[in-house]
Amino acid sequence: MITILNYGLGNLNSVANMIRHIGGQCKIASCPDELLSADKIILPGVGSFDAGMTALKATGLQEALYEKVIVQQTPILGICLGMQLMTERSEEGNLPGLGWLLGEVKRFAISESQKLSVKVPHMGWNRLTVTRPNSLLSVEEECRFYFVHSYHVVCSEADTIARSRHGYDFVAAFAHQNIFGVQFHPEKSHRFGMKLLKNFMEI
Amino acid sequence: MLKHRVIPCLLLEHGGLVKTRKFSEPKYVGDPINAIRIFNEREVDELMVLDIRASREKREPDYALIEQFAGECFMPLCYGGGIHSLSQAKQLFSLGVEKVCLQTSALENTRLISEITGSYGNQSVVVSADVKKGWFGGKHLYASCAGKSARITLEDFLTRSVEAGAGEILLNSVDRDGTMSGMDFDLIREVSRKHTVPLIAAGGVASLQDIRQAVLAGASAVAAGAFFVFQGPHRAVLITYPKYSELETLLGDMQDNESN
Repeated sequence: MITILNYGLGNLNSVANMIRHIGGQCKIASCPDELLSADKIILPGVGSFDAGMTALKATGLQEALYEKVIVQQTPILGICLGMQLMTERSEEGNLPGLGWLLGEVKRFAISESQKLSVKVPHMGWNRLTVTRPNSLLSVEEECRFYFVHSYHVVCSEADTIARSRHGYDFVAAFAHQNIFGVQFHPEKSHRFGMKLLKNFMEI
Repeated sequence: MLKHRVIPCLLLEHGGLVKTRKFSEPKYVGDPINAIRIFNEREVDELMVLDIRASREKREPDYALIEQFAGECFMPLCYGGGIHSLSQAKQLFSLGVEKVCLQTSALENTRLISEITGSYGNQSVVVSADVKKGWFGGKHLYASCAGKSARITLEDFLTRSVEAGAGEILLNSVDRDGTMSGMDFDLIREVSRKHTVPLIAAGGVASLQDIRQAVLAGASAVAAGAFFVFQGPHRAVLITYPKYSELETLLGDMQDNESN
């Protein structure tokens, strides 16, 4: 059973639709009590960094997540903003992030000469380069995913599992023990997303 | 590398799928769920569904139907038609829609764009501008709900909408709609130069080369209706969509070209 966190941001139904489509079970948790029984968690998110952190605090979910993810080591997958919130900070906001992973979030810095052709937000389908073996993405298979974002994560090479390119190479996915983050939207990426969510279900 | 998006645009009328020609003569082309399933199997980049009667009949979006669409769409889904309040947009997003497309309400007032993007981000709103040739050859912004020229210019409308937060522009050419006679590349060029947000060009796609030309003219994405639902000179209904590899070959070198 996958628990999808509802903190007021993000398209929960799209994630739930895809999990059900691939034969998985999921439920939506809006308060700390509903999170207690989770054995896998998805942290979705669309919106701004501070709005996300404020909502996680206000709902009491931040502490509950700490207990589940850091103390109990429950596997968690952050999607888009959900991934960014797992780092220490973001150029987009002033509030500290969850800080589970050493790293920060920066706005795409596209050079003047590229500005006409490389637009921000990075919106559309892009390919990945998987940089090390991991349980979410296979190194051999070609895959592409749907992205919509103006900010991206900067973290250590050791935590990075895949990169993509928009003007320059950036971190498209990371993994650190039980903590996974993807910048793209697997729930909107056809069979490539289904495969990734299936892999997450099987961790 | 980012590929330019190619988006089937489906028109709804009273729960059925139709295709218009120059915004009139809606022809029934089938069951929307069936069409969406096929497009889903074809792994389309994105899908756009516009209810062409909702605003005219002052109806709410058909939430039950849209929820079924969202359940079948494993790609981004944009819905437009009959959206006049933040609470309607909220309901659509909660059903699994990624983007809402606004025209009628945005022509009245851009406040709704600001309200929606304030809560859901710029990427959540596509503003739709229809352009029609006037009697003397000039191009005018057309209000499709009212069926006549809009009171403001295309330029003003788009500037205000983007300032209000719209994250994308859907630019359609009324005179070319459903005709498969080629796109208005001058218009695409003109609009893409003036606005930095992604531009989805529509109207008149007749071939894959048109899609390539539109991208060369500055479009970030190309939407088409007739091109993906009709086949042959008699406009027989047949839903098609090119393979990803074909599109990649067609559009793969575009970023480099544009920066030259």
